[in-house]
Amino acid sequence: MSTTIERPATAAPVTHVGRPLDRIDGHAKVTGAARYAADAPVGDVLYAVIVQSTVAGGRIAEIDETATRAVSGVVEVLTYRNAPKIPAFPFDFTVPFAEQLAPLQSDEIHYDGQHVALVIAETFEAAREGAVLLRITYAPGPFQATLEGAHETELPDNFFGNAMQVRRADPEAAFAASEITVDATYSTPVENHNPLEPSATVAQWRDGELIVHDASQWVLGSRAAYAKAFSVDETQVRVLAPYIGGGFGCKGFFWAHQTLAAMAAKVTGRAVKLVLSREQMFTSVGHRSSTRQRLRLGASRDGTLRAVLHDVQGESARVGAFFEPAGVVTPMLFAVPALSVSHRVAKLDIPSTTAMRAPGETPGTYALGCAMDELAYACGLDPLEVLRRNETETDGESGLPFSSRNLLACYERGAEAFDWSARTHAPRSMRDGGELIGWGVAAATYPAMRSRGEARVTIDAAGTIDVASATHDLGTGMYTILAQIAADALGADPRAIRVRIGDSAFPLAPVAGGSMSSASIGPAVHAAAERIRREVISIATSAGASPLHGLRADEVHVVDGILRAKDDPARAIAYADVVRLGGSGALEALGVAEPGKEQEEYSFHSFGAQFVEVRYDEELARLRVSRALGVFDCGRVLNAKTARSQMIGGIVWGIGMALLEETVRDDRYGAVVTNNLADYHVPVNADVPAIDVLFVEEPDLKFTALGARGMGEIGITGVAAAIANAVYHATGVRVRDLPIVPEKLLGGAAQAAWRK
Amino acid sequence: MRAFEYVVADSSAAARALAREVGAARFYAGGTTLVDLMKADVERPQRVVDISRLPLTAIERRGDVVRIGALARNSDVAYDATVAQAFPAVSEALLSGASGQIRNSATIGGNLLQRTRCTYFRETRWRCNKREPGSGCDALDGFNRGHAILGTSDACIATFPGDLPVALAALSAHVVIEGDAGERTIALEDLYLLPGDEPQHETSLAPGELITAIELRVEPLHARSHYLKVRDRASYEFALASVACAVELDGGRIAQARIALGGVATVPWRAVDAEAALAGAPPDDSAFRHAADVALSGARTRAHNGYKVELAKRAIVRALRTVCGGAA
Amino acid sequence: MRTTERPAVPPRSSAPLTLRLNGRDATFVVEPNVTLLDLLRERAGLTGTKKGCDRGQCGACTVLVNGRRTLSCLALALVHAGDEITTIEGLANGGELHAVQAAFVEHDAFQCGFCTSGQILSAVAVIAEGRAHSDAEISEAMSGNLCRCGAYPNIVAAIAAVQGAG
Repeated sequence: MSTTIERPATAAPVTHVGRPLDRIDGHAKVTGAARYAADAPVGDVLYAVIVQSTVAGGRIAEIDETATRAVSGVVEVLTYRNAPKIPAFPFDFTVPFAEQLAPLQSDEIHYDGQHVALVIAETFEAAREGAVLLRITYAPGPFQATLEGAHETELPDNFFGNAMQVRRADPEAAFAASEITVDATYSTPVENHNPLEPSATVAQWRDGELIVHDASQWVLGSRAAYAKAFSVDETQVRVLAPYIGGGFGCKGFFWAHQTLAAMAAKVTGRAVKLVLSREQMFTSVGHRSSTRQRLRLGASRDGTLRAVLHDVQGESARVGAFFEPAGVVTPMLFAVPALSVSHRVAKLDIPSTTAMRAPGETPGTYALGCAMDELAYACGLDPLEVLRRNETETDGESGLPFSSRNLLACYERGAEAFDWSARTHAPRSMRDGGELIGWGVAAATYPAMRSRGEARVTIDAAGTIDVASATHDLGTGMYTILAQIAADALGADPRAIRVRIGDSAFPLAPVAGGSMSSASIGPAVHAAAERIRREVISIATSAGASPLHGLRADEVHVVDGILRAKDDPARAIAYADVVRLGGSGALEALGVAEPGKEQEEYSFHSFGAQFVEVRYDEELARLRVSRALGVFDCGRVLNAKTARSQMIGGIVWGIGMALLEETVRDDRYGAVVTNNLADYHVPVNADVPAIDVLFVEEPDLKFTALGARGMGEIGITGVAAAIANAVYHATGVRVRDLPIVPEKLLGGAAQAAWRK
Repeated sequence: MRAFEYVVADSSAAARALAREVGAARFYAGGTTLVDLMKADVERPQRVVDISRLPLTAIERRGDVVRIGALARNSDVAYDATVAQAFPAVSEALLSGASGQIRNSATIGGNLLQRTRCTYFRETRWRCNKREPGSGCDALDGFNRGHAILGTSDACIATFPGDLPVALAALSAHVVIEGDAGERTIALEDLYLLPGDEPQHETSLAPGELITAIELRVEPLHARSHYLKVRDRASYEFALASVACAVELDGGRIAQARIALGGVATVPWRAVDAEAALAGAPPDDSAFRHAADVALSGARTRAHNGYKVELAKRAIVRALRTVCGGAA
Repeated sequence: MRTTERPAVPPRSSAPLTLRLNGRDATFVVEPNVTLLDLLRERAGLTGTKKGCDRGQCGACTVLVNGRRTLSCLALALVHAGDEITTIEGLANGGELHAVQAAFVEHDAFQCGFCTSGQILSAVAVIAEGRAHSDAEISEAMSGNLCRCGAYPNIVAAIAAVQGAG
């Protein structure tokens, strides 16, 4: 095997990359052939159903398993009394344990919804009935599950490399000198990811090795966690996740149910299938923290910022560490001479918070985007104009220039496509028939990150090209773009390339999070494929039996899998024949790509502008998003079709966030009461209008040779602000508390307006 | 879901007999509420009597009466030409409920007996007087954004969730019930019981009785009817507030009106006083607003559902204006 | 009075159940508390039908029962004796995709693919019902199928394309 380190700035000629190729995994997905974790064809499987605590503090007083064990088919009941001991989970983020708490290790209750028992049975029905019949009595204890009254607050310094307490210049003096000041507090609720696929794990131990079919956004992270939890070597664990039914962050860390599935398999000596119920998804795989964000903007009368204060209050679980770093965009998105950003995190007796699509950026761009709109109105200026006037070329936090920042172009193209100039400034000034119309705009941004990534490309004696990496496709299009990248490097048809991902036995890949998969793995595939291409040409030009014998490498090109002499197309040989000439069964190369010193020279971010139209039926307080346009600068677009889809998906998430989604806890119990898809409202088809997506495409070759920055998260950023701003424009009511549900528009002033 | 006995009935009489043999039997018509609540361990039948294939699916007009079999599927009734023409509110209410898939399974009879969506009812961990009489009500001081403001009691504020029964209430529908003593027909409103001190009693059905049909009268009042539903999502959601109304105009005046409310009451809520207030009034916003005020005058709100008073009033005004053909 | 051909199935006992599954008779032995969804997935090996909520709130488990779209999670298996069930595995004609399947690929009407089986079966029924004549009508008719990836506009486009071509 040969290894090639990818170097930046060696862009390859592009043919397939960028095209709107249909997903290569599409056929499997529309025929039901794609197997997700719970679909794994594992025979002789036992079913496990989790029982969760119904108190938020205290301990388990009594467990009566009689009725459960009497159910025919129930094989085992695991509780803290009989569960195998698991070492305490280390909590340093080297292994992605979401919670320090290993499951079923004591009678202590740390939050409502904690796993307290596992019923294992021959059928799902028996396990489900056994779970219902399990009698657990608690000795309830005190708990704190609300921000109000939280007695333990942390002031974190750092969040994955971002400073959480920031001070720039002299904000107090700058505020004092500001002609215009906006000061408002915005709040966002707890939200849950709710991918359509509930988390599922099918685990089996075979000769001391653990094989897991897992709904995981990080097969290598999960592998490390399983190894740690069960004190085995990582080489004894294999985690498979070829298809993942959405994740959005809730399948990135390692959660207690994964431990339980492997534990149950170990105890029973059988394969065990454990699928979380939808209700359990609300407490078992993390949530987005609620936030309260005070934004104070000081500006000149012309709308240019002089100072910004952004104070973020949020929640974090006592058993976890994650919180919502909502102030993370404020230091870099606009030109801000003086700044104060602070984060205060209350430690609560709740399930762990976790990453959810653009953690930090999502609530942060909401609050900041609304405050900028409020500033525009305070100045009597067009909101888009105020955004333009606060543009910057350098990252105010790092002081580095952006590798590429086409935000102004996003504003321009968006304004033109949306017909922004037709907007009239005053709230309630645009109508259509009986409805008020509102147009809102906000900036979008997300950092471009990458991590060391590896991929192996193989051509066998049949000429089949295979790409393998332990990366993931959550619906993000990874299968397809990796085929496109390899196809370009190898002069092959991308639809003929076999891509295999989601297997911890494959070469290194990072978590499918932080929008970094394509930038981490794409260049690795490119490097491996380039290496193979060179080897193939080398064999073809040196082997005596080859029709290309004697040619120089630059005298050969590859089209549709055939190597040809450039000046004599009749001299040709197929990949398969070259592999056979090489004498080995297959040619393979490992490509490795990793960030270099460009990270010290530039700040890498994607940018965008979100334009939204809402229609408001004032009499019925009925609010609908009627039009949305996102314009994005994400570097090179690797697949125009899947990229557009991903952005549309982000915007749909923004619609849900702005108008519908909220996880409500009953504060008396510290328990989620909207723990289902009838009470937690994700948008339905009829909530979503036609959505336009445009790209301002400038390949970011400072970032990687492919020039593509990530696309997973930026789509949601700024959307909620654009919607809230549009709602203000339509109604004259500033709702600073998401989601914007009817009752928030039926308040005093709005009611008077309708009654008059 | 607990284990239960499953038995298929081949006639309505057999079904009733099978149900009466055990203490806790449930009829399975469309299954959409029953299976859901059995999974939640809220329904724990010893025996499930499958009545889904009984021949009670016809939609027949006899003279001025349209009789809809209790096992007719919601979707079939919604798209039935006679129903859509003679009772627009019924068709609209059906199409505003649930989803196309659920409407294909759900039956008219089952829809009348739909259980509340109150969170505290639907999970056994909570205190609920309806599910467990005397245990208390966690909704009163809990998250009650979706809860009722009309017909409530100190024991229960659970909202009746259905759409169809609201339309049926406005159109003075009758329910045909088969029991041991034969068939009886009652006004739809008499099917439902207010929660009072015993919210576990939701209907006036006696043990072993089976709803076999509903009946609606064809008349001009019912042809000028409308169902309006207000909710957070644009579709596939229960009502925050809904209104079914029917109006008969006579010259420039309202000859008679019918109004029923959904999403805001513990039962399909007929607003009789508001109807009386409209009789003889001109079909204008002022009259509609007055009727709306009358309809909600008895509302009792809790911490999170106060907005429903205003929302329901506005919905009443809009629905009346719509059904009067923009006469205002 | 009790039916003779369908005797009672006592709790925790199993009864034979025959239904027509993707065009073929299939017989199982199931307990009363097995749902049609769990029968398909865990006993018939037809894992293309997905369980997204198990409570009638997402549409991922949509199958066709006698041609009508139905939530298999809210149906007891035994109730469907003799019924004709079509799952996603039974939609394509041999190697040739159904027009709706092909349109979903072409219009990128999915991302993760988990809701896709239910979306496609629902779409097939919506078109057959004649309720796909405008984008608004399609959106409303398809609102019982949640897609958390947010592929809705593409789903509408795919269905409209099939409707237009049909």
